[in-house]
Amino acid sequence: MHQSPDNDIRNILQSVYDPEIPVLSVVDMGIIRKLSRSADEVVVHITPTYTGCPAMDVISTQIRMALLAAGFPSVKIVQELSPAWTTDWISEEGKQKLKAYGIAPPIGKAIDSVWLEDLKVPCPQCNSTNTVLVSQFGSTACKALFKCLDCKEPFDYFKCH
Amino acid sequence: MNKTQQFNQLLNLADNALIIGHRCSEWCGHGPVLEQDIAISNIALDYIGQARNFYQAAATLINEDPEMLTGFVLPATEDSLAYLRDQREFRNHLITELPNGDWAVTTLRIFLFSAYQYFLYTQLKDSGDLSVNAIAEKALKEVTYHVKWSADWVIRLGDGTEESNRRIRHAVDHLWAYTGELFLQESELQQQWLQKVQLVFEEAGLVIPEKTWMHQGGTSGNHTEHLGFILAEMQFLQRAYPGSQW
Repeated sequence: MHQSPDNDIRNILQSVYDPEIPVLSVVDMGIIRKLSRSADEVVVHITPTYTGCPAMDVISTQIRMALLAAGFPSVKIVQELSPAWTTDWISEEGKQKLKAYGIAPPIGKAIDSVWLEDLKVPCPQCNSTNTVLVSQFGSTACKALFKCLDCKEPFDYFKCH
Repeated sequence: MNKTQQFNQLLNLADNALIIGHRCSEWCGHGPVLEQDIAISNIALDYIGQARNFYQAAATLINEDPEMLTGFVLPATEDSLAYLRDQREFRNHLITELPNGDWAVTTLRIFLFSAYQYFLYTQLKDSGDLSVNAIAEKALKEVTYHVKWSADWVIRLGDGTEESNRRIRHAVDHLWAYTGELFLQESELQQQWLQKVQLVFEEAGLVIPEKTWMHQGGTSGNHTEHLGFILAEMQFLQRAYPGSQW
C-alpha cells in the first residue's frame, strides 16, 4: 500500500475483519471508500457489499472500536451506496487469502453474462476445474455452493457481483 | 416528479421489498431442502436490505418537510415507517402480500416480481432522483440472482413431473390476476417484463393466461385481508413495547 498521511488509519483497519470471512480485512474487501480527518474527528466512508448484508452493522461497530482503541477521540462512519461495491474491488492479496481459507475467489470482472452453471471454478482444495454448482446461494448471500468432482469436497464460491 | 410523488414512489418500493421479504423469511427453517432453505432466506435478507435503504430515503424526505408529508411519527426513521404504520398506509402491490402457498406459488411469485424489479431498477438507476438511483444500482446486482434462481424453479417445475406441472399451472392461474397492478399504464417496462416471462414460460411449457380481470388497490392502501396478519406479527413487539431493542 502506498504511503499516505492516512496510513496509520489504514494499518488499523487492516486488523478489522469481515465477521463472515475472518481472513479478509475491510481493506482487502475494498469497502473503505474514503478517509477524512480533522483535529478531533476521523470520518470513514464505507460501502456495503450487499444491501442486506447483516455483517455491515458489525463491521461499522468494529471499525469504530478499533479506531477509538487506537486513541482517536471521535469516529464517524458514513455509508455510501454509489458507486455500488463490486467484487472487482477485492484486492489481489485478498483473493489469495480467500482461496487459502477455502473459498474460491470471484472469477473475472463484475457481473456479466456468464452464469454460474457455465463457470469453471477451480476447487480451492485441489485446484481441479472438474466442479459443479450445487446452489446459487451458499452460506451467505454473497457466495454460491459448489462441489469438486475430483476431491469430492464441497466449497463456497464468492460470486462475482 | 414533485416531492409527494417522489415520496410515494419510495414508500411503494420500500413496502414492496419489506413485505415480499417477510414472506420469503417465513420459509426460513421450512425449505424443501437445506440449500433452498438457505437460498430463499438469503433472498429475504436482500429484500429487507433494500427496504431499509428505501425507508431511510423516505424518512429523510419526511424529516425535511414534516408539514407537507404529514401523519407520521417524528422524527421518521426506517423503523418507524416499518413498524408504526397501519395497513391502510402501506403502499405495496398486492402480489407481495399473498400467502406463500406451496413451493410453486412461492417461486413463481418471486419470479414474476423480481423480473418486474429487474427492469424497474434498470430504469431507476439512471433516473434523476439520486437517492433512488444509488439504491437501485446496488440492488439490481442482487435482483439479477433472484430472477435467475426463481426462473430456474419455474422451468424445473413446469418441465418436471405431472405433479410439479399441475402445481405450477395452478400457481400461474392463482397469481396472474395480481400482475396487472404492477403496470397500471401500458409501458415499455411492461413489454420488457412480458418478454422475459414469455421466454421462461416457453421453456417451462407454460402458457401466459388470456387477458383477464386484474386485482388492484395496494398502491392506494386497499389491501387483501392478508396484509393485516403480516403486520400484526411483524409489528407486535414495537406496538406493545415501544422503542424496545434486541
